[in-house]
Amino acid sequence: MIPLSHYLVLGSILFSISVIGIFLNRKNLIVLLMAIELMLLAVNMNFIAFSHYWNDPAGQIFVFFILTVAAAEAAIGLAILVVLFRNLSTINVEDLDQLKG
Amino acid sequence: MTFQTFIFYFLSVVLIGAALGVITAKNPVHAALLLVLAFFTAAGHWLLLQAEFLAITLVLVYVGAVMVLFLFVVMMLDINVAKLREGFWRYLPMGALVGLLLVAEMSLILVSRSGGFGDVAPPPDLPAGYSNTRELGLLIYTEYVYPFEIAAVILLVAIVAAIALTLRKRKQTKYLDPAAQIAIQRKDRVRMVSMPSEPRADTRPDGAGPAAEGKQP
Repeated sequence: MIPLSHYLVLGSILFSISVIGIFLNRKNLIVLLMAIELMLLAVNMNFIAFSHYWNDPAGQIFVFFILTVAAAEAAIGLAILVVLFRNLSTINVEDLDQLKG
Repeated sequence: MTFQTFIFYFLSVVLIGAALGVITAKNPVHAALLLVLAFFTAAGHWLLLQAEFLAITLVLVYVGAVMVLFLFVVMMLDINVAKLREGFWRYLPMGALVGLLLVAEMSLILVSRSGGFGDVAPPPDLPAGYSNTRELGLLIYTEYVYPFEIAAVILLVAIVAAIALTLRKRKQTKYLDPAAQIAIQRKDRVRMVSMPSEPRADTRPDGAGPAAEGKQP
Protein backbone atom coordinates (compact mmCIF):
# COMPACT_ATOMS: atom_id res chain seq x y z
CA MET A 1 0.00 0.00 0.00
CA ILE A 2 1.33 3.42 -0.90
CA PRO A 3 1.71 5.76 2.09
CA LEU A 4 -0.16 9.03 2.12
CA SER A 5 3.07 11.03 2.23
CA HIS A 6 4.03 9.77 -1.24
CA TYR A 7 0.96 11.40 -2.73
CA LEU A 8 1.58 14.60 -0.78
CA VAL A 9 5.18 14.78 -1.97
CA LEU A 10 3.99 14.19 -5.53
CA GLY A 11 1.58 17.08 -5.11
CA SER A 12 4.31 19.32 -3.75
CA ILE A 13 6.61 18.44 -6.66
CA LEU A 14 3.86 19.31 -9.14
CA PHE A 15 3.19 22.57 -7.34
CA SER A 16 6.88 23.50 -7.37
CA ILE A 17 7.18 22.67 -11.07
CA SER A 18 4.38 25.10 -11.83
CA VAL A 19 6.00 27.76 -9.63
CA ILE A 20 9.22 27.30 -11.63
CA GLY A 21 7.14 27.49 -14.81
CA ILE A 22 5.80 30.87 -13.75
CA PHE A 23 9.38 32.01 -13.11
CA LEU A 24 10.63 30.81 -16.49
CA ASN A 25 7.78 31.83 -18.77
CA ARG A 26 7.14 35.25 -17.36
CA LYS A 27 6.41 36.66 -20.80
CA ASN A 28 4.20 33.98 -22.29
CA LEU A 29 0.65 34.42 -21.04
CA ILE A 30 -0.54 31.07 -22.41
CA VAL A 31 2.11 29.06 -20.58
CA LEU A 32 1.35 31.06 -17.43
CA LEU A 33 -2.28 29.93 -17.65
CA MET A 34 -1.11 26.34 -18.18
CA ALA A 35 1.12 26.57 -15.10
CA ILE A 36 -1.88 27.72 -13.06
CA GLU A 37 -3.83 24.70 -14.29
CA LEU A 38 -0.96 22.45 -13.17
CA MET A 39 -1.00 24.12 -9.76
CA LEU A 40 -4.72 23.42 -9.38
CA LEU A 41 -4.05 19.82 -10.37
CA ALA A 42 -1.50 19.51 -7.55
CA VAL A 43 -4.04 20.88 -5.08
CA ASN A 44 -6.68 18.47 -6.33
CA MET A 45 -4.23 15.60 -5.96
CA ASN A 46 -3.78 16.47 -2.28
CA PHE A 47 -7.53 16.74 -1.73
CA ILE A 48 -8.20 13.35 -3.25
CA ALA A 49 -5.34 11.68 -1.39
CA PHE A 50 -6.63 13.01 1.94
CA SER A 51 -10.19 12.09 1.01
CA HIS A 52 -9.10 8.52 0.30
CA TYR A 53 -6.97 8.01 3.40
CA TRP A 54 -9.40 9.70 5.78
CA ASN A 55 -12.29 7.87 4.09
CA ASP A 56 -14.31 11.08 3.75
CA PRO A 57 -15.95 11.94 0.42
CA ALA A 58 -16.14 15.66 1.30
CA GLY A 59 -12.66 16.17 -0.14
CA GLN A 60 -13.84 14.87 -3.49
CA ILE A 61 -16.74 17.34 -3.42
CA PHE A 62 -14.18 20.09 -2.98
CA VAL A 63 -12.25 18.81 -6.00
CA PHE A 64 -15.49 18.92 -7.95
CA PHE A 65 -15.92 22.61 -7.12
CA ILE A 66 -12.27 23.38 -7.86
CA LEU A 67 -12.68 21.77 -11.27
CA THR A 68 -15.75 23.94 -11.92
CA VAL A 69 -14.04 27.16 -10.93
CA ALA A 70 -10.89 26.23 -12.87
CA ALA A 71 -12.92 25.60 -16.01
CA ALA A 72 -14.62 28.99 -15.65
CA GLU A 73 -11.27 30.64 -15.02
CA ALA A 74 -9.72 29.03 -18.10
CA ALA A 75 -12.65 30.08 -20.28
CA ILE A 76 -12.57 33.71 -19.13
CA GLY A 77 -8.75 33.86 -19.19
CA LEU A 78 -8.59 32.63 -22.75
CA ALA A 79 -11.35 35.04 -23.79
CA ILE A 80 -9.35 37.91 -22.31
CA LEU A 81 -6.28 36.58 -24.13
CA VAL A 82 -8.13 36.61 -27.45
CA VAL A 83 -9.37 40.18 -26.92
CA LEU A 84 -5.85 41.23 -25.91
CA PHE A 85 -4.32 39.68 -29.00
CA ARG A 86 -6.95 41.28 -31.21
CA ASN A 87 -6.21 44.75 -29.84
CA LEU A 88 -2.43 44.58 -29.34
CA SER A 89 -1.33 41.74 -31.69
CA THR A 90 0.85 40.37 -28.91
CA ILE A 91 0.57 38.34 -25.74
CA ASN A 92 3.92 39.42 -24.37
CA VAL A 93 3.42 40.41 -20.75
CA GLU A 94 5.96 43.22 -21.14
CA ASP A 95 3.76 44.96 -23.69
CA LEU A 96 0.75 45.00 -21.39
CA ASP A 97 1.61 48.30 -19.74
CA GLN A 98 -1.47 50.30 -20.65
CA LEU A 99 -2.37 50.97 -17.04
CA LYS A 100 1.09 52.53 -16.49
CA GLY A 101 1.52 50.69 -13.23
CA MET B 1 7.05 -4.12 -4.71
CA THR B 2 3.42 -4.71 -5.38
CA PHE B 3 1.74 -3.99 -8.68
CA GLN B 4 -0.01 -0.97 -7.16
CA THR B 5 3.29 0.55 -6.09
CA PHE B 6 4.74 -0.03 -9.53
CA ILE B 7 1.75 1.74 -11.12
CA PHE B 8 2.10 4.62 -8.68
CA TYR B 9 5.75 5.20 -9.51
CA PHE B 10 5.23 4.74 -13.24
CA LEU B 11 2.37 7.29 -13.30
CA SER B 12 4.36 9.67 -11.09
CA VAL B 13 7.36 9.60 -13.43
CA VAL B 14 5.14 10.25 -16.45
CA LEU B 15 3.28 13.01 -14.61
CA ILE B 16 6.40 14.84 -13.47
CA GLY B 17 8.03 14.45 -16.88
CA ALA B 18 4.94 15.85 -18.59
CA ALA B 19 4.77 18.75 -16.12
CA LEU B 20 8.44 19.57 -16.73
CA GLY B 21 7.74 19.42 -20.46
CA VAL B 22 4.85 21.87 -20.12
CA ILE B 23 7.01 24.55 -18.58
CA THR B 24 10.04 24.03 -20.83
CA ALA B 25 8.47 23.32 -24.23
CA LYS B 26 9.52 25.74 -26.95
CA ASN B 27 6.25 25.44 -28.81
CA PRO B 28 3.02 26.32 -26.96
CA VAL B 29 1.20 23.58 -28.89
CA HIS B 30 3.62 21.02 -27.49
CA ALA B 31 3.09 22.50 -24.03
CA ALA B 32 -0.68 22.11 -24.38
CA LEU B 33 -0.35 18.51 -25.57
CA LEU B 34 1.98 17.66 -22.70
CA LEU B 35 -0.52 19.22 -20.31
CA VAL B 36 -3.13 16.85 -21.75
CA LEU B 37 -0.76 13.97 -20.94
CA ALA B 38 -0.30 15.32 -17.42
CA PHE B 39 -4.06 15.49 -16.83
CA PHE B 40 -4.56 12.02 -18.23
CA THR B 41 -1.87 10.61 -15.96
CA ALA B 42 -3.34 12.42 -12.98
CA ALA B 43 -6.66 10.76 -13.79
CA GLY B 44 -4.84 7.43 -13.50
CA HIS B 45 -3.58 8.47 -10.06
CA TRP B 46 -7.10 9.33 -9.00
CA LEU B 47 -8.31 5.91 -10.14
CA LEU B 48 -5.61 4.43 -7.94
CA LEU B 49 -7.08 6.49 -5.08
CA GLN B 50 -10.55 5.11 -5.84
CA ALA B 51 -11.99 8.43 -6.94
CA GLU B 52 -13.49 7.04 -10.14
CA PHE B 53 -16.05 9.74 -10.77
CA LEU B 54 -13.53 12.57 -10.51
CA ALA B 55 -11.01 10.68 -12.63
CA ILE B 56 -13.45 10.39 -15.50
CA THR B 57 -14.59 14.00 -14.91
CA LEU B 58 -10.98 15.13 -15.21
CA VAL B 59 -10.62 13.36 -18.54
CA LEU B 60 -13.97 14.59 -19.88
CA VAL B 61 -13.86 18.17 -18.63
CA TYR B 62 -10.14 18.93 -18.83
CA VAL B 63 -8.85 16.80 -21.69
CA GLY B 64 -12.12 17.06 -23.57
CA ALA B 65 -13.07 20.70 -23.10
CA VAL B 66 -10.52 22.94 -21.42
CA MET B 67 -7.45 21.63 -23.21
CA VAL B 68 -9.21 21.70 -26.56
CA LEU B 69 -10.04 25.33 -25.81
CA PHE B 70 -6.37 25.94 -24.98
CA LEU B 71 -5.21 24.27 -28.20
CA PHE B 72 -7.78 26.23 -30.17
CA VAL B 73 -6.56 29.56 -28.77
CA VAL B 74 -2.87 28.60 -29.11
CA MET B 75 -3.33 27.72 -32.76
CA MET B 76 -5.50 30.76 -33.46
CA LEU B 77 -2.98 33.25 -32.13
CA ASP B 78 0.12 33.93 -34.17
CA ILE B 79 2.80 34.04 -31.51
CA ASN B 80 6.43 34.97 -31.90
CA VAL B 81 7.86 32.21 -29.71
CA ALA B 82 11.47 33.38 -29.78
CA LYS B 83 10.61 36.78 -28.36
CA LEU B 84 8.49 35.27 -25.59
CA ARG B 85 11.32 33.01 -24.49
CA GLU B 86 13.73 35.86 -23.84
CA GLY B 87 15.17 35.55 -20.37
CA PHE B 88 14.28 31.85 -20.08
CA TRP B 89 17.86 30.81 -19.26
CA ARG B 90 18.45 33.90 -17.17
CA TYR B 91 15.63 33.02 -14.77
CA LEU B 92 16.28 29.26 -14.79
CA PRO B 93 18.85 29.13 -11.92
CA MET B 94 16.73 31.29 -9.63
CA GLY B 95 13.52 29.46 -10.47
CA ALA B 96 15.10 26.02 -10.06
CA LEU B 97 16.60 27.04 -6.73
CA VAL B 98 13.27 28.30 -5.40
CA GLY B 99 11.45 25.22 -6.70
CA LEU B 100 13.94 22.78 -5.21
CA LEU B 101 13.78 24.61 -1.89
CA LEU B 102 9.98 24.40 -1.96
CA VAL B 103 10.06 20.66 -2.61
CA ALA B 104 12.74 20.09 0.03
CA GLU B 105 10.88 22.04 2.70
CA MET B 106 7.54 20.44 2.02
CA SER B 107 9.06 16.94 1.82
CA LEU B 108 10.87 17.44 5.11
CA ILE B 109 7.58 18.07 6.84
CA LEU B 110 5.48 15.54 4.92
CA VAL B 111 7.85 12.59 5.23
CA SER B 112 9.08 13.24 8.77
CA ARG B 113 7.69 11.16 11.58
CA SER B 114 6.53 14.19 13.53
CA GLY B 115 4.60 15.43 10.51
CA GLY B 116 2.16 12.61 11.08
CA PHE B 117 1.57 11.76 7.43
CA GLY B 118 4.08 8.92 7.17
CA ASP B 119 2.18 6.46 9.30
CA VAL B 120 -1.43 7.09 8.37
CA ALA B 121 -3.20 3.77 8.32
CA PRO B 122 -4.42 2.81 4.87
CA PRO B 123 -8.22 2.92 4.63
CA PRO B 124 -10.12 -0.35 4.96
CA ASP B 125 -11.26 -2.10 1.82
CA LEU B 126 -14.53 -0.79 0.53
CA PRO B 127 -17.55 -3.13 0.68
CA ALA B 128 -18.74 -4.85 -2.46
CA GLY B 129 -21.19 -2.73 -4.42
CA TYR B 130 -19.78 0.53 -3.13
CA SER B 131 -20.29 3.29 -5.67
CA ASN B 132 -18.12 6.38 -5.55
CA THR B 133 -20.50 8.24 -7.87
CA ARG B 134 -23.48 7.40 -5.65
CA GLU B 135 -21.69 8.65 -2.53
CA LEU B 136 -20.75 11.92 -4.22
CA GLY B 137 -24.26 12.37 -5.58
CA LEU B 138 -25.81 11.80 -2.16
CA LEU B 139 -23.51 14.41 -0.63
CA ILE B 140 -23.73 16.99 -3.37
CA TYR B 141 -27.53 17.05 -3.55
CA THR B 142 -28.09 17.18 0.19
CA GLU B 143 -25.32 18.73 2.23
CA TYR B 144 -23.61 20.69 -0.53
CA VAL B 145 -26.61 21.67 -2.63
CA TYR B 146 -26.12 25.40 -2.02
CA PRO B 147 -22.44 25.43 -3.14
CA PHE B 148 -23.53 23.26 -6.07
CA GLU B 149 -25.98 25.95 -7.18
CA ILE B 150 -23.32 28.63 -6.75
CA ALA B 151 -21.02 26.56 -8.97
CA ALA B 152 -23.75 26.47 -11.60
CA VAL B 153 -24.09 30.27 -11.42
CA ILE B 154 -20.31 30.62 -11.74
CA LEU B 155 -20.38 28.56 -14.92
CA LEU B 156 -23.23 30.67 -16.27
CA VAL B 157 -21.29 33.86 -15.52
CA ALA B 158 -18.25 32.36 -17.24
CA ILE B 159 -20.29 31.62 -20.37
CA VAL B 160 -21.75 35.13 -20.46
CA ALA B 161 -18.37 36.76 -19.75
CA ALA B 162 -16.53 34.76 -22.41
CA ILE B 163 -19.13 35.60 -25.04
CA ALA B 164 -19.40 39.25 -24.01
CA LEU B 165 -15.63 39.66 -24.13
CA THR B 166 -15.09 38.16 -27.55
CA LEU B 167 -18.24 39.41 -29.28
CA ARG B 168 -17.61 42.30 -31.63
CA LYS B 169 -19.54 44.31 -34.22
CA ARG B 170 -18.16 43.86 -37.71
CA LYS B 171 -18.39 46.76 -40.08
CA GLN B 172 -18.84 44.85 -43.31
CA THR B 173 -21.81 42.71 -42.31
CA LYS B 174 -25.06 43.49 -44.15
CA TYR B 175 -27.24 43.34 -41.09
CA LEU B 176 -30.81 44.62 -41.22
CA ASP B 177 -32.50 46.04 -38.16
CA PRO B 178 -36.21 45.16 -38.40
CA ALA B 179 -37.20 47.79 -35.83
CA ALA B 180 -35.49 50.51 -37.85
CA GLN B 181 -37.15 49.21 -41.01
CA ILE B 182 -40.62 49.41 -39.48
CA ALA B 183 -40.10 52.76 -37.79
CA ILE B 184 -39.11 54.49 -41.02
CA GLN B 185 -41.21 57.53 -42.06
CA ARG B 186 -42.00 58.82 -45.52
CA LYS B 187 -40.00 61.99 -44.95
CA ASP B 188 -36.88 59.91 -44.34
CA ARG B 189 -37.01 58.36 -47.78
CA VAL B 190 -38.81 60.86 -50.09
CA ARG B 191 -37.86 64.49 -50.50
CA MET B 192 -40.56 66.75 -51.97
CA VAL B 193 -39.05 69.42 -54.19
CA SER B 194 -40.97 72.46 -55.28
CA MET B 195 -40.02 73.46 -58.82
CA PRO B 196 -41.69 75.13 -61.79
CA SER B 197 -43.38 72.89 -64.37
CA GLU B 198 -41.56 72.13 -67.61
CA PRO B 199 -42.86 71.12 -71.08
CA ARG B 200 -42.78 67.41 -72.03
CA ALA B 201 -39.51 66.35 -73.60
CA ASP B 202 -40.88 63.39 -75.66
CA THR B 203 -42.04 65.23 -78.83
CA ARG B 204 -40.74 62.60 -81.25
CA PRO B 205 -42.68 62.32 -84.54
CA ASP B 206 -43.74 58.63 -84.18
CA GLY B 207 -45.41 59.41 -80.88
CA ALA B 208 -43.45 56.74 -78.97
CA GLY B 209 -43.13 58.27 -75.56
CA PRO B 210 -41.77 56.73 -72.38
CA ALA B 211 -45.14 55.10 -71.73
CA ALA B 212 -45.10 53.30 -75.12
CA GLU B 213 -41.51 52.17 -74.69
CA GLY B 214 -42.40 50.39 -71.47
CA LYS B 215 -44.56 47.86 -73.37
CA GLN B 216 -41.80 46.73 -75.70
CA PRO B 217 -39.61 43.81 -74.51
